[in-house]
Amino acid sequence: MEASERGIKKSVSIKEMDQVVVRFAGDSGDGMQLTGMQFTDTAAWFGNDLSTFPDFPSEIRAPIGTVAGVSGFQINFGSTEIYTPGDKYDVLVAMNAAALKVDLPRLKKGGVIIANIQGFDHKNLSLAKYPEGIDPLEGSITDNYIVHKVDITRLTKECLADQGLGVKEVERSKNMFVLGLLFWMFDKPLDYTLSFIKEKFGKKPEIANANAKALQAGWNYGENTEIFVTQYKVAAAKLPAGTYRNITGNHATAIGLIAASEKSGLPLFLGSYPITPATDILQELSKYKADGVKTFQAEDEIAGICSAIGASYAGHLAVTTTSGPGMSLKTEALGLATMLEQPLVVIDVQRGGPSTGLPTKTEQADLLMAMHGRHGEAPVIVMAASSPSDCFETVFEACKLSVEHMTPVIFLSDGYIANGSEPWKFPKASEVRNIMVSFLDRPNGEDGSLQPYKRNENLVRPWIKPGTKGLVHRIGGLEKQDGTGNVCYEPANHETMIRLRAEKVKKIADNLPLAQPETGNTNAKLLVLGWGSTYGAIKTAVKELLTEGYDIAHVHLRYINPFPRNLGELLNGFDKVLIPEMNCGQLLQLIRAKYLVPATGFSKVQGMPFTTVEMKEKILKTLKSA
Amino acid sequence: METIATNEKIKLTPKDFAPEADVKWCPGCGDYSILKQVQTIFPDLGVPKENFVFISGIGCSSRFTYYMDTYGMHSIHGRAAAIASGVKAANPELSVWVISGDGDSLSIGGNHFIHLMRKNFDINYLMFNNQIYSLTKGQYSPTSEKGKITKTSPYGSIEEPFNSIELALSAKASFVARTLDRDPKHMQSILKKAHAHKGTSFVEVYQNCPVFNDGAFFAFSDKETKNEEAIRLEHGKPLLFGNNDEKGIKLDGLTPVIVNLQEQNISVDDLWIHDENDKTKAIFISRFFDTTFNDVAFPRPFGVIYSQERPVYEEILSAQIEALNASKGRMSLDRILSGEKTWTIL
Ligand SMILES: Cc1ncc(C[n+]2csc(CCOP(=O)(O)OP(=O)(O)O)c2C)c(N)n1
Ligand code: SF4
Ligand SMILES: [Mg+2]
Repeated sequence: MEASERGIKKSVSIKEMDQVVVRFAGDSGDGMQLTGMQFTDTAAWFGNDLSTFPDFPSEIRAPIGTVAGVSGFQINFGSTEIYTPGDKYDVLVAMNAAALKVDLPRLKKGGVIIANIQGFDHKNLSLAKYPEGIDPLEGSITDNYIVHKVDITRLTKECLADQGLGVKEVERSKNMFVLGLLFWMFDKPLDYTLSFIKEKFGKKPEIANANAKALQAGWNYGENTEIFVTQYKVAAAKLPAGTYRNITGNHATAIGLIAASEKSGLPLFLGSYPITPATDILQELSKYKADGVKTFQAEDEIAGICSAIGASYAGHLAVTTTSGPGMSLKTEALGLATMLEQPLVVIDVQRGGPSTGLPTKTEQADLLMAMHGRHGEAPVIVMAASSPSDCFETVFEACKLSVEHMTPVIFLSDGYIANGSEPWKFPKASEVRNIMVSFLDRPNGEDGSLQPYKRNENLVRPWIKPGTKGLVHRIGGLEKQDGTGNVCYEPANHETMIRLRAEKVKKIADNLPLAQPETGNTNAKLLVLGWGSTYGAIKTAVKELLTEGYDIAHVHLRYINPFPRNLGELLNGFDKVLIPEMNCGQLLQLIRAKYLVPATGFSKVQGMPFTTVEMKEKILKTLKSA
Repeated sequence: METIATNEKIKLTPKDFAPEADVKWCPGCGDYSILKQVQTIFPDLGVPKENFVFISGIGCSSRFTYYMDTYGMHSIHGRAAAIASGVKAANPELSVWVISGDGDSLSIGGNHFIHLMRKNFDINYLMFNNQIYSLTKGQYSPTSEKGKITKTSPYGSIEEPFNSIELALSAKASFVARTLDRDPKHMQSILKKAHAHKGTSFVEVYQNCPVFNDGAFFAFSDKETKNEEAIRLEHGKPLLFGNNDEKGIKLDGLTPVIVNLQEQNISVDDLWIHDENDKTKAIFISRFFDTTFNDVAFPRPFGVIYSQERPVYEEILSAQIEALNASKGRMSLDRILSGEKTWTIL
């Protein structure tokens, strides 16, 4: 191209950066998710710490070129520790005008725009609803940014001209050109993606070739044209030594379940009905059939949980996965599992509600439903994962507690961490704890009788599988007599049983780890108390404010029912408690009701995670308030 | 459904299936007969007692589970089919029986019902049809006849009832039969066949509720009417009915007709011969319900209406697992934990 034709090597300035946020945005059909994921894998492989945030519309293919159809993928990568995908981006790739319109507001002032100019023609501008005669790439709209206009469509076509490919295939390779260009900008090697292309299109060498060529052409374009004069270098992060993989929350959840199955010796059964953003777990586990994983795509969420209850009764590690609307459908059956005192893991990957709400966006508004959303007194264990990789450990623990304590457990994740990814220093199989399970195989009553609801020191009843000789008995949803489990309507017995079931769940706290600050001191002026996916934003904000000298601390809860047994005492050590949540203050209610501390909430319900900046501002404001 | 007997000699008696708990149905309830017939045939099925599992929903009928000394779960309204699917998927060795009512199966549980039929787990499904919601004390059900006066339809139900047999067939049930509480011998033979059939066996049992819908099916069991109102189907036998088996059913093109053998001088060989394996004819038979053909009403069919072997869900599932296991092998947990792409930081 121009420069190389002239044979002159242009001069490039190198800018070292601690971390960079890149946002890939385009039409749903532009392949931005794949592009982002490839960029992520390369950055991870290179040793950057990172966090990603795929952000897509709920329509599969909204009309091309419209704002509704914009699909984005955001990555924050750095040489320092990264806990969030970043508030604002340094670089925005906009494949069309609609993408620019949607994503420009969160580009840093002075940030870089790489615009695919064919996506800014008259038609695209009007589809994106820019006023007639306004070109956002010229003039005031993008005044404060560095705009690189690149004719990605034409350049891709040109480099593939002699490949004998159809228009569609050529069109589809555009994203590889972009990726190549970005790799040049960030001085990343192409190798990882080249090997990915080879693998993915192994059976279609002409497509593999085209993708590889487009990737290289993008890189060359950066290297040779005069447009790009700056390369950014982000050194590898000083992560703890070890072997890493990149993982999303949903994948971590899926393999956490497999690990729990292996470590308990119980076959894994998943009864589920597809729903965004939980579907991935069902899809992922369906791949593990060779390993004996039974996935059952039920006719609805009720059948999903009910089939799991059946499988649990028959002695499997039984799980059901869903999101808000499905969670609502499962409540009656969850009450049955609570009444039966049968192990069951219910996974709720939360999304914006109520009703269909914001299906592809994130929220934490199912907490009170998880705590109380059943008729009658029906306590269950409630746990929440704090980051993509934490889903592994948390769901594993959920399985362990469920089978060891004969109780349903609700595991809360959300769209943000379910789809987001981060590097994970995964454990060796031998490092994963064992889960102790035993099935009753002989009568347990003192007089040689069978007592299906006789409890051990943890108030846990025995697990009895049908098929076990000599232990034939019935269980059901009617109230049971203490010990025998026979149907019993006596008033005092009902109260006894309600209290026993509650006490059993409460007692689990005896063996849970104590709550302690992630960062900061136990007697700081202000505690930021979080749960679930707000972890990254809180962690980053608190860390930054600590270095700025503020006296604050961060405690993050994995266990919400029961709470860690020292939580009340811990909370009393702080002058102020701030609880950020992506809901209208649900943990806040629980904490205030239980511990009578004057905690204040920080709530955001926009389908978007907290930014570090808003978190810091709120913390400072709370610190300064009387 | 069929379950492999163990080598162990099992000499069980009906009493072995009666637990200590008191049976609490109303006196004269048809459910007693069903319980009795099940307890009567169970010792001869060759299944170890501990391998029987009953899963029921909610309703008078669903209390059945408490009255069988086997494993069992009295669950929630309408969901027994879904729970039973999980039990069977997890442990195909078990002989799983679903007990449900007309409301439990066809109202609240309608979705699970049709999907169970389609999926064809090797499960026996007994639906006690009393054409009423009994446990809630007498509201019309999805099988109540149009015009039915109940507490929630004081001016007569305005709804069209389900034809359960036709519904089960359309939902691809692999075994569909009807029997009734007042014919113990018939019920026993149907229950045995249901057990022997490999696949979901749907048995509709007409059950009298003397308290809220007394006599709903008496026409099919009373001496004076039963021979005219009911027809007993037997595989390979002609469709005959009437007090002296003087009436028969023939197919005239695509229209069933009732003939009088003597009056019309028709040979038994010319009649419709019941073929359990013929789905098209089974659908015709299922429609001997509230459909008339040329304004003629047909007797209600009892017996095995349809039976067809086809692979069962849990076996296909196991076979798929085994085949994949053989071809791909089990992945080690370490391999699963690491995934395909890793990098090492020193
Ligand atoms: C979710 C739910 N809704 C409603 C009920 C109340 N209920 C219990 S049994 C029943 C109807 C039972 O009718 P059917 O299934 O025909 O059984 P039968 O009592 O006639 O044997 C109803 C409506 C319930 N227990 N649970
Ligand atoms: S109400 Fe009817 S169905 Fe229920 S137990 Fe009494 S007689 Fe039987
Ligand atoms: Mg009924």
